[in-house]
Amino acid sequence: MHIVVVGLSHKTAPVEIREKLAVPESRIGEALTRLCSYQGVREGILLSTCNRVEVYAVVDEVESGYGRIQEFLADAHLSLSSEELTPHLYWHQGDRAISHLFRVASSLDSMIVGESQILGQIKDAFEVALTHKATGIILNKVVKKAISVAKRVRTETKISEMAVSVSYAAVELAKKIFSDLTEKTVLLVGAGEMAKLAARHFIANGVRHVRVTTRNPQHGLELANRFGGTAVPFEQFREDMASADIVLVSTGAAHYLVSEDDVQRSVKQRMNRPMFLIDISVPRNIDPAVRHVDNAFLFDIDDLKARVEQNRGGRLQEAEKAEQMVVDEVGIVRQWLQSLEVTPTIVALRTRADDIRRAEVEKTLGRLANLSAQERELVEAMASSIVNKLIHNTMVTLKAEVNSSEGSAFVEAARRFFNLGDPAVSNVIGSISSASETCRSPREESKDAEEAVLRSGSKTPDH
Amino acid sequence: MAAMLFVVTLALYFAATVCFLAYLLWPSEVLSNVSLGMTATGFASHTIALGAGMIGVTDISTPGFHEALSFFSWVLILVFLAVEFRHHLHVLGSFIVPLALLSLVSAAALPETAPTLTPVFRTLWVHVTLSMLGTVGFAIAFVAGLMYLIQDGLLKSKRFNVLYSKLPALDFLDHLNQQSIVTGFPLLTLGIITGALSAEFSRGSYLNWNPEQTWALVTWVFYFVVLMGRLTVGWRAKRAAYLTIIGFAGVILTLIGVVIKSHGPVS
Repeated sequence: MHIVVVGLSHKTAPVEIREKLAVPESRIGEALTRLCSYQGVREGILLSTCNRVEVYAVVDEVESGYGRIQEFLADAHLSLSSEELTPHLYWHQGDRAISHLFRVASSLDSMIVGESQILGQIKDAFEVALTHKATGIILNKVVKKAISVAKRVRTETKISEMAVSVSYAAVELAKKIFSDLTEKTVLLVGAGEMAKLAARHFIANGVRHVRVTTRNPQHGLELANRFGGTAVPFEQFREDMASADIVLVSTGAAHYLVSEDDVQRSVKQRMNRPMFLIDISVPRNIDPAVRHVDNAFLFDIDDLKARVEQNRGGRLQEAEKAEQMVVDEVGIVRQWLQSLEVTPTIVALRTRADDIRRAEVEKTLGRLANLSAQERELVEAMASSIVNKLIHNTMVTLKAEVNSSEGSAFVEAARRFFNLGDPAVSNVIGSISSASETCRSPREESKDAEEAVLRSGSKTPDH
Repeated sequence: MAAMLFVVTLALYFAATVCFLAYLLWPSEVLSNVSLGMTATGFASHTIALGAGMIGVTDISTPGFHEALSFFSWVLILVFLAVEFRHHLHVLGSFIVPLALLSLVSAAALPETAPTLTPVFRTLWVHVTLSMLGTVGFAIAFVAGLMYLIQDGLLKSKRFNVLYSKLPALDFLDHLNQQSIVTGFPLLTLGIITGALSAEFSRGSYLNWNPEQTWALVTWVFYFVVLMGRLTVGWRAKRAAYLTIIGFAGVILTLIGVVIKSHGPVS
């Protein structure tokens, strides 16, 4: 039983690869079902954001588990072969996998160290996994721990104060194009979380005019109200673009919404006043060819990252503190995982001792038919007492040695001394997993997935 | 004393130029403060040198290129210090101070007192002053245009280097470009008018279509078109930057032409 992670992030893969691999929210359930249908994969959780796609799983064997997950990632996207994918992937197991998750959750691995969105995204991913019963005892514990570590990092270090998010970088870039943001107009296209956050940042930096457009007019109106702006019909936003100095695009559309011509026309209408376009969508929604338009400045998520990389220096010290916290917390989880191995041994030992006691008491009492009730009780008590005293030290020692480096050796020894059979760790966890119906049969899951698709389909189509 | 102060000014501007250029590459505030200090000191010594020079000026003296270029450089630094004081834009120094130094070096290479001609020199002083002030406007527009193109290029190519962080926002540079031309153009217009008047006094005709006058008129028309283009059809941003760079090249050519051709007073 091993915890592994296989994935790619902004650190290892360019946006072109990430946008291909990203799994839309509505299809995560379905993907989890497929993941769990692979042999040897016991638990799984899929984290898909614009900066990373990662699979955390509990697998029977590390090597084959890696293979399965990689297969899973490549299968999801016919346009990407496994060979294309491999150079961008990273693989971690055990402590390193846990540490990676903790670092991701604490935003230490983020494009903008200290941004808080990732924690929400992990919570969402966990929620979906729970709904589809894809996680079990191990991942449930580890992910919950990751969330609490992230919260601890956020409250005990200053990392988030300095960082904020991609939107911070966007505002900073805007200030190199427009010296005064107060009279500028922001057009928000789509209602992606990042874009909303960026819009909020622009407002905090003085922008007073906000225009909002989303595919769902009602949603657009609500957002416009929230930002104190006006809603623009989605069909018209391209024509309306000329009135915007800053265009923030973040929709779930799988194609380009804004073409080079659209921007060219807008810049012309603006009499060459500069335009700042930010595409936070993955896959991208603004044609990269817009870069060639004079007086239009297009930045996608990777560009924002590059900008941010340089500002990181000051945050490093706080990040170091956070890294230490992660190391400590990984230690705690490791202890728990090891105790998982001891617990079944103790349970088995206890059961075995009780079985022997019960059998021997019954045999003895069968021969001593004339004993009074009180005497029978005394015999039973004596048997219990002997058994307990015999196994007491073993149990205490096992519990005490759980966290030592030789913990597993003690477990092994106890199993041999008391003839408890094979180290049944995986069996026990396996039985826990199957008892809780973790990673159920694909058929059952596909029904759920269909429901999930239906449910998400009824939501805003903007995503 | 004036000559000595002139040399001191040159030395200070030279040192300031070196520091300001180094400031482009290294993110050091100390460097910019040192350069700024040297520029300000140089400016003070230049002011005294010019003042001392003025004392000797009589009605009979005429302004030569030495005086004109020295004055140009003085105004350039004055404008820089004013903008710096208001916007704390150290990086502007990295562009303007070298230009001022160049102009001062050119001044040093030219004879200090020009040969004397007919006594119509009051108008000539006004002509030279106004033309030089107009040229300072175009020089600032040129510098703003240059900085605009650099910043535009850095943003487009996403090279967020030291220079990127020092250069101001694009629309600030575009605005500076516009303001400089809006200020410089009327001054040049007046400069040309007074020039024509003094020519009328000295030669009896407003315009005799010599190459300098022709170039001056071409420059005037060029900037007029640039200004109108900006106000009517949106020749701003990158296009304005290019145009003002070309325009200033024209101005420099005019000046060089005049200097090479004539060793006498400004025509």
